[in-house]
Amino acid sequence: MNRLLSPEIKQAIDFHLSLKPYEYFELNNGIPVYLFSGGSQEVVQLELVFFSGNFYEAKTAVAGLTNSLIRCGTKTRTAFELSEAFDYYGSYFGSSCFSETATITLHGLSKYLNKVLPLMRDLLTEATYPENELNIHRKNFKQRLVVNLKKCEFVAGRQIDEMLFGNTHPYGRKIELANLDDITVEDIRSFYDRYYKNGSCAIFISGWLPNDVQQQLNLALGDLPLQRPDFVIPELPLTPATERIVRIENDSSSVQGAIRLATPFPNRHHADFNKAGVLNALFGGFFGSRLMSNIREDKGYTYGIYSFFKANMKQNAWLISTEAGKDVCEAAIGEIYKEMDKLCNEEVGEDELLLVKNYLLGAVLGTLDGPFQILGRWKNIILNNLDENYFTNSIHDIKTVTPAEIKALAQKYLQPENFFELVVY
Amino acid sequence: MQSNILLVFLQPMISFERFVLSNGLKVLVHEDNTTPMAVVDVIYDVGARDEDPNHTGFAHLFEHLMFGGSVNIPIYDEPLQRAGGENNAFTTNDLTNYYCQLPVENIETAFWLESDRMISLAFNAKSLEVQRKVVCEEFKEHYINKPYGDVWHKLRTMAYKHHPYRWMTIGDKLEHIEKATLEEVKSFFQRYYHPANAVLVVAGNITVPRVRELAEKWFGEIKPGTPTAHNYEQEPEQTEARQMTVEASVPFDALYKCWHICSRTDAKYYGTDLLTDILGGGSSSRLYQALVKEQHLFSSISCYHLGASDAGLLTIEGKLIKGVDIKKAELALNEQLQRFKQKGVTNEELEKVKNKTESAMAFEDISLMNRASSLAMYEIIGDANMMNTDLAKYREVTTQEILELSNEIFREKNSNTLYYLAKNKVKE
Repeated sequence: MNRLLSPEIKQAIDFHLSLKPYEYFELNNGIPVYLFSGGSQEVVQLELVFFSGNFYEAKTAVAGLTNSLIRCGTKTRTAFELSEAFDYYGSYFGSSCFSETATITLHGLSKYLNKVLPLMRDLLTEATYPENELNIHRKNFKQRLVVNLKKCEFVAGRQIDEMLFGNTHPYGRKIELANLDDITVEDIRSFYDRYYKNGSCAIFISGWLPNDVQQQLNLALGDLPLQRPDFVIPELPLTPATERIVRIENDSSSVQGAIRLATPFPNRHHADFNKAGVLNALFGGFFGSRLMSNIREDKGYTYGIYSFFKANMKQNAWLISTEAGKDVCEAAIGEIYKEMDKLCNEEVGEDELLLVKNYLLGAVLGTLDGPFQILGRWKNIILNNLDENYFTNSIHDIKTVTPAEIKALAQKYLQPENFFELVVY
Repeated sequence: MQSNILLVFLQPMISFERFVLSNGLKVLVHEDNTTPMAVVDVIYDVGARDEDPNHTGFAHLFEHLMFGGSVNIPIYDEPLQRAGGENNAFTTNDLTNYYCQLPVENIETAFWLESDRMISLAFNAKSLEVQRKVVCEEFKEHYINKPYGDVWHKLRTMAYKHHPYRWMTIGDKLEHIEKATLEEVKSFFQRYYHPANAVLVVAGNITVPRVRELAEKWFGEIKPGTPTAHNYEQEPEQTEARQMTVEASVPFDALYKCWHICSRTDAKYYGTDLLTDILGGGSSSRLYQALVKEQHLFSSISCYHLGASDAGLLTIEGKLIKGVDIKKAELALNEQLQRFKQKGVTNEELEKVKNKTESAMAFEDISLMNRASSLAMYEIIGDANMMNTDLAKYREVTTQEILELSNEIFREKNSNTLYYLAKNKVKE
């Protein structure tokens, strides 16, 4: 045995990766239900996706408040009674509002699905949005916002989005304290009525599914006046910033700066998306990336640095994000540009590229065995209105992209003059 | 080992086999043939509690150095990534855990990497130099450059006077990390990083004989050492209430209270854990309902413990609504605790948190990586099979036990109270 030599490996690019198909049915009211059954534990994850994100709100913050207050009372149950009921059956209720969609989720024990579905029905038909619940929530929300505004990374995250998309677009809009005062329960109730009670909805359910799952879902949700989604997101005007380079002092006592660099980048429908994903990994997408090796592992400027694509369904962006010591922020930015320059001018070696591909494919392989993860991948494909072959095609792109293509993609997208550059101290 | 235990569980048993190499390395194998991946987890029985009070933060800094190359392999990450794997590690006050996941066909790469860094590190001066800086940035990012970031530093110092839980895993102060030397790194390695102080867990679509063969091949020849003797003082019983007030540049006042609780292996642990959830776990919990929703004194409140191996702390933390006097808020909290101590909990309330716990445990066990990690951590504190017996122990807890525990824990003399006040009140 020679410890200097690594054991033989099977190259991940030689693995056959496939995404197991989901099952599908429609509720009596036509709502699509995507199912994936399996897993070692008797648990289930139910996700209702509504087309009710920030894209659809007339007043800033209404979509988010409608989403988070949906659990705060129905005609027959108070907020506390709802929480008690979900908790009693070991179910974890969650709700999230994104730019395009908003979700209501349940994680729980399969044996109790039939106990909690009536609660979901209650939320989707009889939510009352009591005034006092809005007031409590608003006050607490404002306090959290004030605390978050002290954090450089929070401020930087909002600011870079505004620079990319403009302060009127849902991708770039910031919630300010004043927006919250401006919202009434009537705003919320009417948003609820249009976008939840009568909204467009798709249902995703995975895990250890009861045999009568279809009947259970139909009984709870099959007669509601929900709409079938068309998976089309409206076009809204963008107003990106004119100033490209910005420095903000947020907290005079801070010891680190939050660095964000960003450039517009296509969404998943673009032919470059998956191959550029390999370039992204190489550049800053994993622990062995160029940025991490240089800026953390060689210079020690930061605890971590990453590049990534945003998950926007429409106009998208490519970001680089790190927190670095206040005195080394400018040096770190200089190194980021150096790494871009290197990718634009030198072809990546076959060996380094193979490593990145193996890493990426190994990571995908690791997420193809659990029902939640498998349906999660399908959900992404379905909600983005992508082709059924998207997964297979993206694996093919990763396996086949060449050093010359990587260099060409770098030249196309990694141009410093196209990047917004922000530091919040 | 046959899993012939007849208790009925909702969750399937997490089956495993255990064997020990002649150098003292314990090996656990968990077979799961539904996944193409394998997990290799190596846990070392060393954490921040084993550090010298004048050289804190060392266990965690050391974890960083474990990626800086070992005796025969210049970089840890690269061969693993090449094999389609990924990895990470974490350090707590009790232990240090390294884990990686890769396609099962390439599992030998993980054996090669993990065994090499158990033989010896490269002890590279540049790596130490860089990781000192990286850890200092981590310290700043999480504990300095963040409102309320130093709370746990203060709470630990107040609640522990003797036990090494008095400092955080990241270290008591930045200077301790900045002045770490290569000599110290070497002696730390020799003392704690050896087969008798570690547990190796292998999980995935792989058989026990195959793991045995690989373990013997790669780890079998590593020199044995002496297992960690946790040579530090235990915390004596606290005999009077402690109080501390600090002012900092944060937007709102916050109240923190901690009480000493039992260790992870104590029979009272299960009741304590459930009690914590009844008081402050989410939006149907007592404190949230009374103090956030009904009395409007706090904008958020939670009750938790950190699951420490030695005797730990139960903590209640709440951010105050602007303008509320902190004394008034504390009084209202104490009233809730008083009522809890007098009247206890209902059967329904207890059943609720038991169901929540059962569900949370099932979700945790979904991922292969979590199963491997849990086996490793349970084995370090005593017995990996606790993973399979915990749920029954939670189910056995009675309302009477909760009542007794609440009276034992929430004693004035056992309490540590921190007023974290806003220095420059922010205008809204």
